[in-house]
Amino acid sequence: MPLLNSLPDYVLTTKTDELINWMRKSSIWYMLFGLACCAIELMHTGGPRADIERFGATPRASARQSDLMIIAGTLTLKMALRTRLLYDQMPDPKYVISMGSCSNCGGLFQLAYSVCDGVDKVIPVDVYVPGCPPRPEALTEGLLKLQEKIMTERWLARAPRAKGEAA
Amino acid sequence: MEPLQIYERLKVRFGERILETSEKKPDPFAVIDPAALVEICHYLREEPELAMDCLSNETGVDYKDHVAVVYHLFSYSHRHGAVLKIKLPREEPRVATVEGIWKSANWMEREIFDLVGVNFEGHSDLRRILMPEDWPGHPLRKDFVEPQEYHGISTVRESPIVRLEQHKK
Repeated sequence: MPLLNSLPDYVLTTKTDELINWMRKSSIWYMLFGLACCAIELMHTGGPRADIERFGATPRASARQSDLMIIAGTLTLKMALRTRLLYDQMPDPKYVISMGSCSNCGGLFQLAYSVCDGVDKVIPVDVYVPGCPPRPEALTEGLLKLQEKIMTERWLARAPRAKGEAA
Repeated sequence: MEPLQIYERLKVRFGERILETSEKKPDPFAVIDPAALVEICHYLREEPELAMDCLSNETGVDYKDHVAVVYHLFSYSHRHGAVLKIKLPREEPRVATVEGIWKSANWMEREIFDLVGVNFEGHSDLRRILMPEDWPGHPLRKDFVEPQEYHGISTVRESPIVRLEQHKK
């Protein structure tokens, strides 16, 4: 008789990696970090209609308490240096969602002298969400994609992550 | 009072130092001698019949052969306005600040200094306001060349179509 069927009903079995990943993906705390108009949609996504808090994502006011950085808006070169600093302040494992055309590639302002053409020139990005700005549904989809990505991680047998490498 | 009447008054009082006035149009302006700027502005603010108590906008323009600073004045009590322009050489443009007359000039002059590179003499805090402190040059100058990189961040991004074609090969 297999072991599974011998256990009482209230016992669940899983793999350690899956348990860790499931816990981690169910409490992605994102940093309150709005750079331009995309931040309005970001606020909307956290609000009652789109409500990404049902996926365990809740805004934190400090980089040191955050797992996820959502780059919401036009990244200027001046802000790019600060963004790198904030990213370095986040504890591992950390993730980045690039939200909207501006942070994906510079968008409308790609040829402007003051704009960084894409946040991936500064920090590694896990999920790109297209749109100008993306609707709350799109950002929620981005969060779900990130959750899928988190579920594929292996923690027990893994090579140590190189510094600055994306999870 | 109409703007052109205001300029006529200025001409009577300051004579040659009002260099030219524009023709009659929706937003006529007067070009004045930069050396007399503070004196004229002080007069415009303190004269009871003019009483320009608001500097609603101050901006800089690069015209390739010279740099202009434009002052948009408004009077809340009389509901009239005026536009003053001064022309400065492109190499090292310098003019006195009007911060002592209208406090709101402080940030606007910082912005003109930042983007066009006009030096305002006597300004209390002439620092860049928008661009980073270590930014090279003044970006709204017509001859400004965008740097290839800033603190190791490349400022060019290749076309995704080019990248896709390279990937196909």
